[in-house]
Amino acid sequence: MGGLQKKKYERGSATNYITRNKARKKLQLSLPDFRRLCILKGIYPHEPKHKKKVNKGSTAPRTFYLLKDIRFLLHEPIVGRFRDYKVFVRKLKRAYGKTEWSAVERLKENKPTYKLDHIIKERYPSFIDALRDIDDSLCMCFLFSTFARTGKCHVQTIQLCRRLTVEWMNYVVAARALRKVFISIKGIYYQAEVMGQLTTWLVPYQFAHDHPTDVDYRVMATFTELYTTLLGFINFRLYHSLNLLYPPKLDSKAESELKEENEEDYAMNSECYLEKLSALSASLARVVSTAEEEEAELDQFPVEGEEMENLEAKEKEQKQQEAQKKLFEGLKFFVNREVPRESLAFVIRCFGGEVSWDKSVCIGSTYEVAEETITHQIVDRPNVDKQYINRYYIQPQWVYDCINAKILLPVEDYFLGVTLPPHLSPFVEEKEGDYVPPEKVKILALQRGEKPAHEQEDEEEDEDDEEEEEDEDEEEEGDIDDGDDDLEAEEKKLKKMEEQRAQGKSLQVKVTPGKMKVENPVRLEEEEKAEEKRLAIMMMKKKEKYLYDKIMFGKKRKIREANKLTAKRKAHDDSEKAKKKTRK
Amino acid sequence: MEGRSSNMRSHDQKEETKKEGMKKVQEKTKKRSKEEDEEEEEEIFNLKDKPALGGEDEDLSDSDDSVFSGLEDSGSDSDDEDEEDDDEEEEDDDKLIPDPEQTEQIEFNPDAVLQTPEEKKKKKKKKKEGGVTEGEKKEDEYQHDSSDEEDIRNTVGNIPMEWYKDFPHIGYDLDGKKILKPIRNKDELDEFLDKMENPDYWRTVHDKQTGSDIILSDEQVALVNRLQKGQFGDVNFNEYQPTVEFFSNDVMIHPVTNRPADKRSFIPSLIEKEKVSKLVHAIKMGWIKPRRVQDDTRGNFYDLWASEDTSILARHRMHLPAPKIPLPGHHESYNPPPEYLFTEEELALWEQQDPSDRKWPFVPKRFSSLRQVPAFPRFLHERFERCLDLYLCPRQRKMRVNVNPEDLIPKLPKPKDLQPFPTTQSLVYRGHSGLVRSISVSPSGQWLASGSDDASVRFWEVCSSRCLKTVQVGGAVKSIAWNPNPSVCLLAVAVDSMVLILSPSLADKQVVSSSERLLSGPQEAGSTEEAGTVTWSDTEGEELNQGIRLKIQHPKAVHQVAWHAKGDYLASVMPDHSSHLQVFIHQLSKRRSQNPFRKNKGLVQCVSFHPLRPYFFVATQRSVRIYNLVKQEMTKKLQANSKWISSMAVHPGGDHVICGSYDCRLSWFDLDLSTKPYKMLRHHKKAVRGVAYHRSYPLFASASDDGSVIVCHGTVYNDLLQNPLIVPVKVLRGHVITHDLGVLDVTFHPTQPWVFSSGADATIRLFT
Repeated sequence: MGGLQKKKYERGSATNYITRNKARKKLQLSLPDFRRLCILKGIYPHEPKHKKKVNKGSTAPRTFYLLKDIRFLLHEPIVGRFRDYKVFVRKLKRAYGKTEWSAVERLKENKPTYKLDHIIKERYPSFIDALRDIDDSLCMCFLFSTFARTGKCHVQTIQLCRRLTVEWMNYVVAARALRKVFISIKGIYYQAEVMGQLTTWLVPYQFAHDHPTDVDYRVMATFTELYTTLLGFINFRLYHSLNLLYPPKLDSKAESELKEENEEDYAMNSECYLEKLSALSASLARVVSTAEEEEAELDQFPVEGEEMENLEAKEKEQKQQEAQKKLFEGLKFFVNREVPRESLAFVIRCFGGEVSWDKSVCIGSTYEVAEETITHQIVDRPNVDKQYINRYYIQPQWVYDCINAKILLPVEDYFLGVTLPPHLSPFVEEKEGDYVPPEKVKILALQRGEKPAHEQEDEEEDEDDEEEEEDEDEEEEGDIDDGDDDLEAEEKKLKKMEEQRAQGKSLQVKVTPGKMKVENPVRLEEEEKAEEKRLAIMMMKKKEKYLYDKIMFGKKRKIREANKLTAKRKAHDDSEKAKKKTRK
Repeated sequence: MEGRSSNMRSHDQKEETKKEGMKKVQEKTKKRSKEEDEEEEEEIFNLKDKPALGGEDEDLSDSDDSVFSGLEDSGSDSDDEDEEDDDEEEEDDDKLIPDPEQTEQIEFNPDAVLQTPEEKKKKKKKKKEGGVTEGEKKEDEYQHDSSDEEDIRNTVGNIPMEWYKDFPHIGYDLDGKKILKPIRNKDELDEFLDKMENPDYWRTVHDKQTGSDIILSDEQVALVNRLQKGQFGDVNFNEYQPTVEFFSNDVMIHPVTNRPADKRSFIPSLIEKEKVSKLVHAIKMGWIKPRRVQDDTRGNFYDLWASEDTSILARHRMHLPAPKIPLPGHHESYNPPPEYLFTEEELALWEQQDPSDRKWPFVPKRFSSLRQVPAFPRFLHERFERCLDLYLCPRQRKMRVNVNPEDLIPKLPKPKDLQPFPTTQSLVYRGHSGLVRSISVSPSGQWLASGSDDASVRFWEVCSSRCLKTVQVGGAVKSIAWNPNPSVCLLAVAVDSMVLILSPSLADKQVVSSSERLLSGPQEAGSTEEAGTVTWSDTEGEELNQGIRLKIQHPKAVHQVAWHAKGDYLASVMPDHSSHLQVFIHQLSKRRSQNPFRKNKGLVQCVSFHPLRPYFFVATQRSVRIYNLVKQEMTKKLQANSKWISSMAVHPGGDHVICGSYDCRLSWFDLDLSTKPYKMLRHHKKAVRGVAYHRSYPLFASASDDGSVIVCHGTVYNDLLQNPLIVPVKVLRGHVITHDLGVLDVTFHPTQPWVFSSGADATIRLFT
């Protein structure tokens, strides 16, 4: 009996969390400093399970941090640097107020700075951790490197970002790590596989930014501070993993080639080297100058059954990847001046192609337009005055589509002035039941390299598209005549599936009285099953029923969306056809 | 003469002061302080003079000089003249600048500079000696100064010349003689002729002060030209002379000034010492940090992960890596397939929606070529939002359970294995004109009786759906029940406040006669305490012909009748909130009625007898009470967990009860298990109106306002440990919903797995 009365909120979850303001007071930091610290240390708020308990009975909206996190921040040396900076600002103000210019100068020289190396090491204990989290830093650095060098942020930051991004791109070129590219309306997405980690980054188009007022650049700058440090260390490590020199140096051979031109035309001496690097036209110098090291061959281990299949699949994939890496090998590109040079040079070099541009566009061009051996010229204008006979004039989308398809696509669709086929996202992987655009189906067929299959699919896909592939269809019909009943049955099944997809629209299903008898048992069985299911659903528990309904709703919505897209596509194709007819 | 000379002197001094600048001013102040010491009276004059001199600050010292130069007697006259002359001279200066003499003056300047020290000394002397030596010195001074004299021929000064219009002279020369006006009778014509004829006319200048014409020499013309062009007057003057620096980096042999070095330059400075000691102290105390070595640590990278240790990993166990940005789909392409572009409706919808509700934060767009793609206007915003998400959003690991929906469906025995049960609608009994509230099947299973709102009771043959007999009862039939005893053929019908006992005579003669016998048994009417409320009466005439044998008059409207299994007892229900007279139990053989309850326990919905034992079930609004009729006590109270019970049925075994309720539920009670329902079935979409058990098959059915009858399989095991198995086996539809009412009553065939249902659409249907 008796004992001390238990007080509320002195144990349990209430003691595990701390509000933001209390945390700030505990650290003795101002709110901006606290924010900066959280950004640098990667501390984020937590949502407690029982908010009211943690909030001591109140339901006011508050942000909570884990008390452990805040204790962890307490020992951070950077907090001391923040305080130093505060003192520095106070002293500086005082000196200004007293017009003691010498003191101002002295203080400015001793402006406190800090390094983030230890934080990087702490946040990413292993290199792979860092690589996993590099997406955001790449995006941010690429964005900052496009900023104008006035206002908004320090010029040094912009220069550093530019340098780091150029280094990164050079690494990707050297490692041939690029996998996918996607031109979106936001910018260009790149996906590279670096040491087994898929890394995606977005590069904005090269335009001046219309700086919005509702964006806090201080926050962005703090992130950039962290990201530049991270990216620098990662670059260092990556370069060394490939035996490349860091900071990057151009290959001596390439350098001598580039030297011939008069560099002063392009940039000042101090910037010249970076410019040459960013031209991406020359390979980098290696520490040990050897030829390409051979890939370590996988040893064969005796395996059985499923594993064997897995292994085979893996091997096949690897082969495909190897082939993709050499996609543009032996091709010589020339980039016209209206085409985004950096992106194309980067992409083409990543897949082993050679690329050059007009001398006046950028430093580092290796050959002229008149070069005889050029195989492809990338042009983005309606027509070109002087055309050479022995090369293709193609639009830039061809390059990107080839990379995504992992094969060289036929160039006919990408000639000058031709309406381009749609550019599809390589990041979408359609599952069963999802909508697949017909263009994707075509590309898949091309990848498999099977022409007839492609036709068949087309046949199944849209019977209405007969006009486009009339001759193909004729062959197809012959095939069907020869085919036996099994094929027909398959066809029927497919049709049925198609029907289901097309909102159960009856596509000229004729049921003869004789057949009805045959179909009846099947249908009856189906109905029976359906009813069985319905009755079983009736017996579900409330909780499960709710979950089930939710899942089914989601599924139905997916189907509805797919159907909608199909219908839209069909309407579009029909209208296009009608237009064609009227033109004829 | 004297005045003039002093005047000249003062002018000269002025020039000097200008040249000498600050030094002179300082000296003047010194002078003044000396003067103040010496001559106090003269200060008074000084004060007087100041206002007269007006704004000429520069001349202040000069006039002072003149004042103190011993010319006090000449007084104010000289002062006036001074002023005049000054003005005049200024004008002259203006005029004279072009003259070659000016250049001489410039050349002269070094002399003047050289003179200054002497002059200063002289002046100092002057101050001390007073005005005694003044006169002679003046003469000396102006011997060299020839510049002014030559030009001043007319001494009238700077006055408008028309003042001399009426005089023959135009002014006075230096000697005070009148200067006569030249005889001038040139009129316009002469002027013109002169202009045309005189070749020197263009270089002739009229001098207003002397009234004479001067012909300029060639040099003078050239000078004027040069000045007009903004060039220097002197041809020989080189304006781009190399500067000779006075102070240069060359070490000279001689010092620039001959001044001996100050003493303080040999003694260490105390102030500096103090400053240095302060700085030293501050450095010692760590207040001032020595200049840091500039190092560009920003761009210095090294192998940070050279020694990877996993010990730090433990620190971040709670850390969740930020989720990656979802990858873009086809709709984000600069050239998407046409189906991904918005139609006009979709675009309108997109614009109407709140930004947080939109499926995509942008409108898909199509550009025919890459060069036409503009910058994305919200790029910075999106990046910034990502930043905010990274440091402001709480992170949570949501375990997404990937449930296969098929797994959620319970595994039930297949309905096929649970046959027989009614599956199809086979017969429809039509004939009633109002909604059919109640149906009942005869114990033999050959006949079906139905009571309807059209005030009639119909008898149907089950197999042929023929209506054999129609009895008009004069009121809407609420309930109808066939006597379960197969040896009699009687029917109880609840109409308004009466319960009618019908003998339809649809059986063997033997059965009919036995039922007649039952009805005509001994009469003990009035023997019970309820004699006043319930009256038994025989029917006569027309009614008797129709088969109505007995009328039991109740005080209120009767809603339900129910037979005991033996067929002798009959219960009737009169729902009423306020009284305890809600249920009556009638004994047919003795024509006796009694009210079993003394208290009102709630609105009674329906009642039922236990098929085997002397129990009586009373369903009130929320619960079912079970009374032991022998012991005359309540044995159980079942909580139905529903809002309003509509109907009830007792399993032929007697251990299970099902209740239908108006809130769409069907509850199954296992009496041995608990007073709570063993199972709640929510199969119907609308209120459940009727429930029924099959007598021999493990089936039960429920009828609802949604127009369906659901047949369920409900096996009851003899083993007490095994719970009943309930499986819905069939949903039967057929009734048409009229006035929001669907199926009103349901009942099973006594021997076959058939179910009858009566509906608001005035039909009765048989499902087999």
